Amino acid sequence: MNAPVAPARMNQIGAGQAGSGNALELRGITKMFGALAAISDVTLSVRPGERRAVLGSNGAGKTTLFNCITGDFLPTAGLIRFFGEDVTVFPPHERIRRGLRRTYQISSLFAGLSVIDNVYLACVGVSRNRFSLIRPRPDDALMHAANMLVDAVHLTAEKNRLVGELAYGQQRQLEIALALSGAPRFVLFDEPAAGLSPTERTDLIHILTALPNHIGYIIIEHDMDVALRVVESVTMMHNGRIFKEGRPEDIEDDPEVQELYLGGGHG
Amino acid sequence: MSVADNLQRLTGPYEQRSWLQRIPAAWWAVAVILLFMPVVANDFWLFQVMGWTFILGMIGLSLMFLAGYGGMVSLLQMTVAGVAGYMVAILGPSGANVSLGLAWWVVIPAAFLIAAIFATISGALAVRTDGIYTIMITLAIAAAFFYFTRQNYSIFNGYSGFNLVLPPKLFGVNWRDPMAFYYLSLACATLCYGAVVYISRSPFGLALQGVRDNPRRMAALGFNVTAHRVAAYALASIFASTGGILLVWQNAQIAPGTIGISAAIDVLVVAVVGGLRRPLGPFIGALIYVLLQVFSADILGLFGFSADRFKLIIGIGFLAIVLFSPDGVLALWDRWRARVDARKAAETRGAP
Ligand SMILES: Nc1ncnc2c1ncn2[C@@H]1O[C@H](COP(=O)(O)OP(=O)(O)O)[C@@H](O)[C@H]1O
Ligand SMILES: [Mg+2]
Repeated sequence: MNAPVAPARMNQIGAGQAGSGNALELRGITKMFGALAAISDVTLSVRPGERRAVLGSNGAGKTTLFNCITGDFLPTAGLIRFFGEDVTVFPPHERIRRGLRRTYQISSLFAGLSVIDNVYLACVGVSRNRFSLIRPRPDDALMHAANMLVDAVHLTAEKNRLVGELAYGQQRQLEIALALSGAPRFVLFDEPAAGLSPTERTDLIHILTALPNHIGYIIIEHDMDVALRVVESVTMMHNGRIFKEGRPEDIEDDPEVQELYLGGGHG
Repeated sequence: MSVADNLQRLTGPYEQRSWLQRIPAAWWAVAVILLFMPVVANDFWLFQVMGWTFILGMIGLSLMFLAGYGGMVSLLQMTVAGVAGYMVAILGPSGANVSLGLAWWVVIPAAFLIAAIFATISGALAVRTDGIYTIMITLAIAAAFFYFTRQNYSIFNGYSGFNLVLPPKLFGVNWRDPMAFYYLSLACATLCYGAVVYISRSPFGLALQGVRDNPRRMAALGFNVTAHRVAAYALASIFASTGGILLVWQNAQIAPGTIGISAAIDVLVVAVVGGLRRPLGPFIGALIYVLLQVFSADILGLFGFSADRFKLIIGIGFLAIVLFSPDGVLALWDRWRARVDARKAAETRGAP
């Protein structure tokens, strides 16, 4: 599993000793759908608090990579460590309880519930109250946390509206709130800016840059302008493989990247 | 279906009124009617019609909880009720000599516990399947238990089952006396109904509805979807067991026929006819079912059919509901109310 990705690995930014100190560490992750290798031999490590963009054209395997990290799909081969712990075969909820979070490229919300109830559910999911049969009281701690999150994503005015009635951009913001419940340590954002208006994008950038320093994330983002303002490192994917890694400015100026990605109808 | 089917918001602007003040007038009327029914109703009505309605309603309620909130259509609920009922007969005193004759305060908790264990194990088998497969696997377990009770004589006393299974004379009351039994089953049904309404807005209940609507998202929020579903089976067993224990006391007997396939399907019919989306549905369905069962002899007689054809009426009613109002008669009621409200609103607008 060495040869194909060697150049990528050499570019790792500040990667610690193998197996130690990384928030997320992927080794040789491969995911096959039948005969199709959606991702092949992806090796990647991200430090705690590091913020990274994953770029790549449609079908490059970015979402599949996220699905493997969260456990939505088990990888066909490879190893995943989350803060040093081997979580390769853990079910999704076990990874979430350890501080991993994600948003979905296509909003995955509870349309029949109010905004605050959606966020409350997210807060319950990473608490010990999951099986509680006692209704929350107005001074409930989890409800308080949910209220703070709703404020943090600028949805205070929509708190009691049904999610199904929200505008698209507001639903995207709510996706982010759900991913920040409890004590997140590392978040995967799957194209959070897609379909947002310029103002909403600015809002999103504010939300991301306002996250506490210790929370690292990977953001999948086609829009270089957004991606490069909120990350310190970039991983390029192409045909399911890591194609290049580096600092944003290096990636942006890289002729190969320009050729393959920026020139290819994106950005 | 969505989490807010029941128009119950978990949160929202907090109500200033106390929960007592929030109960609508119609509910007070129903409460008064139910409380004072023994003043006017005869023994047959109290014991057979209403007692049976409450019992069937509670067993249907346990299905409503699983299907309406959890999205799991279980044909197992009559069997769970039957396990609890059988335990009362086996562990307590009865006319059969395989009964152990233990004291009621051992028997009743043990019946609930064993039924809960049975429901949990069966649930664990069923929750890994979806839709039609859940129906099939729960039906298979129900059938297996039915045949087992018929063939096993050392514990379940086989074909003849148990007779003379009487409720304990707690507080010096004969609980099989029609009025006492009426109030006992009314109290149990009210408690079960209240519990389901309350739990639907608790973290567990809300999460169960989330699991129904979007299990993958729930897992990505940290919920163990499988554990939540299995726990729902365990919780639902409490309502079914309550119904099952009362059923043995009402009949003073239990035999394999009580928990047969047709009884399992009757519970489904009751819940679907009444409506699976709200806890009230199964009780409405149960009342309709029991009234049809009791009075169909007269109705069928008019058309020259024999009384045992009452299932034909139930079947036709079931078909009509599934075709015209898949959410049960409660949904018909909702639609009617909506139309009346719309008309009223139009009239006020039309007024000068
Ligand atoms: N569940 C799936 N079943 C089969 N093929 C899939 C599935 N998910 C993704 N793929 C395929 O894997 C490849 C990578 O998809 P994806 O990870 O969604 O790409 P990206 O997010 O980079 O656009 C695509 O060819 C896609 O069709
Ligand atoms: Mg994608």
